[in-house]
Parts: sequence; structure tokens; C-alpha cells
Amino acid sequence: MLLYIAKRLGRAFVSLCLIIIVVFVLLRQMPIEGYFASFDKMTPIQVENGLRKLGLLDPLPAQLLNFFGQLARGNLGISTRYRQNYPISRIIAQKAPFSLRFGLIAVGISIPLGLGLGVLMARRKGGAWDRMGTVYIVFMQAVPSAIYYLFLQLYGTQALNISLLYNPDKWQTMVLPVISLAMPSVAYFAMWMRRYTVDEANKEYIKLARVKGVPAMAVWFRHVFRNAVVPIVQLIPNSLLLTLAGSIYVESLYSIPGMGGLMVDVIKRQDNTMVQALVIIFAVLTIVGLLLGDLAMALVDPRISLAKRTEAR
Amino acid sequence: MSRFSLGERRVERAGDDVALALRNAAREAAKNTAAGAVNGDARQDSARVSSYLYSAKPDDLSPEQIAALPPGVFRLAPGDAREAEQTGYSHYSYWGSTLRMFLANRGAVAALSIVIIIVLFTFIQPYLPRQSDPNLIHNSPETGMQIINRAPDGEFWFGTNSIGQDLWARIWSGARTSLFIGLTVAVIQAAIGILMGALWGYARKLDFLFTEIYNILNNIPTTIVLILASYILRPSVRTIILAMSFTSWIVLARFIRNLTLIIRDQDFNVASRCLGTGLRRIITRNLLPQMVSVIMLRVALSIPYAIDMEVFLTYIGLGVPIETPSLGNLINAGRILMMSPSLRYQLIFPAIVLSLLTICFYLTGNAFADAADPKNHR
Repeated sequence: MLLYIAKRLGRAFVSLCLIIIVVFVLLRQMPIEGYFASFDKMTPIQVENGLRKLGLLDPLPAQLLNFFGQLARGNLGISTRYRQNYPISRIIAQKAPFSLRFGLIAVGISIPLGLGLGVLMARRKGGAWDRMGTVYIVFMQAVPSAIYYLFLQLYGTQALNISLLYNPDKWQTMVLPVISLAMPSVAYFAMWMRRYTVDEANKEYIKLARVKGVPAMAVWFRHVFRNAVVPIVQLIPNSLLLTLAGSIYVESLYSIPGMGGLMVDVIKRQDNTMVQALVIIFAVLTIVGLLLGDLAMALVDPRISLAKRTEAR
Repeated sequence: MSRFSLGERRVERAGDDVALALRNAAREAAKNTAAGAVNGDARQDSARVSSYLYSAKPDDLSPEQIAALPPGVFRLAPGDAREAEQTGYSHYSYWGSTLRMFLANRGAVAALSIVIIIVLFTFIQPYLPRQSDPNLIHNSPETGMQIINRAPDGEFWFGTNSIGQDLWARIWSGARTSLFIGLTVAVIQAAIGILMGALWGYARKLDFLFTEIYNILNNIPTTIVLILASYILRPSVRTIILAMSFTSWIVLARFIRNLTLIIRDQDFNVASRCLGTGLRRIITRNLLPQMVSVIMLRVALSIPYAIDMEVFLTYIGLGVPIETPSLGNLINAGRILMMSPSLRYQLIFPAIVLSLLTICFYLTGNAFADAADPKNHR
């Protein structure tokens, strides 16, 4: 078990380093305008001095090593265009709490909703709940998220009679972004919960329990649900990631001052160092999410052991 | 839709263990039968025959050597190729059953018809009479001013946009761009994915290398790769296709690899190989039918996914240039105007076409995957 965790950690670390190297090297190929707020007004000498100050004239391996040193100290570099000469980590520190709050609330409500929908769908296959749920899941999976985010914002704000954008002083304005973020996650949880529940309900021991005369409710809750809900554990980090990707849209649609909206902002302003920092942060979050999912699964499911893993690989 | 692939990945991983178990079981079985054959009848004759076998390859026996063979060792087997074929013949036809299963699903047929109609129409539309160029700015004949934001009417079926371009023409031209991106990505992904997956599954030595590549690549979020690639390269249709092909093949390759491993060592395939079936027949009759459903599902789903991603990249400012109409561009333009109810048609029309396309592709893909799965054939 410990060895498995160590191996999994090692792999995550290798991926992380690779991503950072690739991102860093690729972003150095960008036009140098992205490092200056007012490139057009600068003389070539100013540009060269500026680049030297940023350490961009060093050989690439040296820059890379330098960057890893910075990262180890928690320094993500300084913003050049978004907010000139301002440390990126400070900008992120202001933005992250918003993203975190929205993300956690969204995932928090999508778990009970998704699990509930999944169980309702599985209880009567082909029934009304099953059909409605299937339509919902297909819709969420097939239709580009931009469409339902936009229409939810458009008609939702009208129906609730609130302003289009997020206002930190009014809690009502939080409702729609949270719903937007939760919708795909609900479909995701419901889809898997339905599948796991159906699988579990068809097992022999459930038949035996029924034959023995265990009350239907007890069979559902004590046996089917409890066993079907276990593999859901590994979906939670994925759902967080889903929310993360959704946040890029939703935060900029509702002008929420979070990291997703920031990402769209700095891409539009071509702020190279900010894009680099944000891409790395999103990659780190993804890797950590997948790692936690695998570790949680290994903890919950005793069948996943090191022995099997090494054999399989 | 992409978002859900994360979950499937987990299941795939669990499937790995199953694949391993199946593989080992099949290997054991094959070993046992081989051992049994050696220990049985063959041993008695082997002493007598071995001198001939080792003196020359069996096929090279000269007529004298054949005449000198001890009688009773070899018997001419009465064999008739046509007869052998008849005992193994069934009226089952893979593609026939697939087609029947698919046609039995009325919703899927409807979805497929819509897909075909839309795809055909996007290509025919420019050649129809009275169509305008998607980038042409219409001026009013009386005032000479641009016809801005004209609501849908007889002349402009879907109205005009904020600079006087015909929205009807732009939507079909945009659908063409988006479909081109989706189809190209699907084809590239299928080609690379199937090739790499087959290599990964067949060449045992490459397994470790591929698995490690997969483990690393799979940790990298697709969205990030897309954003990064589009940020560094110039935004264009080619960039989007490149970025999406780069990330998507490995998932398909992994599916193919797992399926190859599972099917390769299944009893029916081992039996088939023992009976001397050629590689070509093994691939076309044993492997491919089992894989068609997965390949088709992945490919069909990658089309709406690619279209979705184009919309996403356009939204964050990394999409195709504005002169090239695409559904992403149109939706983005419509979004800016959505606050005034009278102009909302500029968002709603592209949104309807986009949703119709993606939903129908999705339904068709799922239904075809179900129909193509031999397990569902009666």
C-alpha cells in the first residue's frame, strides 16, 4: 500500500515537472511584446535591458533552473501587463478564495443531487425518473457548456430579477453561478451512480436478501446503496476538476473575481508570465485531484493493492 | 462531454485487471492443451518418425523417402474444404446485424437523418440560388446604409448581424467550419489512435514505454493543452485541429490496446489461431468487430467535443479569426448582444443549430456503438 502511494506520488511529480518544463519552454517562444506593458513606445535598448532584467537573455536551461528555484520558494514571477510589476502570487491570493468558495459549494450540492438522481433513475429502469434523468445527462454531455451557461444566465437573471453580474454584497447573485457550475457535475454523478446501483442491484446476494424477506427499503439502503456509493469516492476529485474547467467560463460570464475569469483576462491581454503561472496552477490542481482520487480509491477499495498493480503494468 | 471521459478512464483501469486475468487464464489453457497433445498419442510414434523429421524438413521429403515411410504412421485425412466451411457456417453477418440493430432504434435513425441532412445542407447551401456570401455586408438599395440588425424576414431568413451580414449564410458557413474541424479531428484521432493502440497492444516490448507515456500525458488536463497550444500558435482552424489531435489520440489508443489484449487471448481467438486462421482473417473477423463499437463511439463523440472546444477557445479569445465564420464565433457575437431582447435571435439561431448538431452526433454515436457491439446481436 505504502509502496503504491509512493509510486503514484512519484508519477504525479514526474508529470508535474514535465508540464512545468514544457509550459516554460513553450512560453519562451512567444513574442516579447508580452513582457512589457507599453512595448510600442520603447527603444530597442530599453527592450534589451528589460529582457535582461527579467533574466530572459540567459540560456534556456539556466532560466529553467532559475524558475524551478523560484517555484520552490513559492514565487510565481511578476505580472507584466495585467498589473505591471506586481507579484503574481499576491494576485492569485486575492482571487483564489472566490474560486474556492464557488467550486466547493457547487461540488457540495452536486454530490447529494447527483447521487439522489442516480438512485431514483436506477430504482425503476425505464420509468419516468430514468427517462428524465437520461435526457438531462445526454443534454449535459452533448450540448456545449457555453450554450446552457449563457441561456441560464440570460433567463435566470430575468426570472430572479437580479443583475447579470456577480455582486459580493448580494447573496442572490451567487445562486446562478453555483447552479451553472453544479449542473454538469450533477449529470456526472447521476450517470455513474445509476450504473453502479444497477450493477449492485443485479448481484446474487441482493436476490438472496430479497428471498430471505429483508424489507425492500432495507435492501436498498443497507446493501445496494452502501456498496454502490463506494466507487463514487474516486469521482469527487474529477468533479472538482470539472468545476475548475467550468469556472473559466462561469467566472468570466458573471464577472466573478476568481482564477477562471483571470485566466480569460490574461490570455486576452497576452500577459506571458501570468498565463504561465495560471496554466501551471491549473495543471497542479488537476494532478493533485487525480492523485487524491486514486489514493482515495486505494483506501476505500481493498482490492486495489500493489501486487496487482505491478503485475498489470 | 469531454468531462466525462475522466470517469471512463477509471473504469478502463479496472478493466485492466480483468484483461490481465483473462489473459492469464487463456495462456494457462493454451499451455495445458499443448502439453496434453505432446503427452498423448504423439509420443508413441515419435521415435519412429523422428529420424525422418530430423533428416529433412517434412515438406522436403523426396518421393523415395515417402515410399519408405513405415505404413500406418501417416494416414491421408479425408478433407473437403467446402464441407468444412459448411459445418462452421452460420447465417450471422456482422454488418447485417449491426445495421438491423441500428435501424430498430427509431430515435437513433432520426438523429442520424438530422445529421445527414445538416451535413449535406452545409455543403449544398452555397450553390443554392439567392444565397449571399457570409462575409458580404448588405447595403440598403434606398439609403445606401448597411442593413444592421434586421430581424428575420423574407429577405434575410435569420436576420442580419450588427454589421449587416446575412446570418443565414453565416450560420451555414460557420457550421461548415465547425464540422470541418470536428470531422478532421475525428479522422486524425482515429488514424493515429488505432495505429498506436494496435502497436501498444501487439508489440509487448512497447507496452511499458506506451504505458508510461500514457500515465504522464493523461495527468495533463486537455483544456490546458488546448489553451497553451492556441496561445502559442496563431489562432486558426489549423491550430485548433492540431491541438485537439495532439491530445485526443492517446485515449483511443488506450481503448484499442485494452481491447486487443482482451480479445487476443480469448478462447475463441486462441482456437482460431490454433486452427491456422490467417492474420488478416483474425483481424477482420475476430478483432475488428469487437472494436468497431468502441472506435465508432470515440470517433462519433469526438466530433461534438471538437465543436464544443472550438466554442470554448473562441470564448476565451483563442478561437479562429473573426473573418472565418464558425459556430463559436457566431455564438460569441450573439452573446455580446443578448441583453437586448429584440437582437436575441442572433444568439438563439446559432445556438439551436449547434445544439442540434452536437446532440444528434452524440445520439447517433451512442446508438451505433450499441448496435455494433456483438454482445447485443442475437
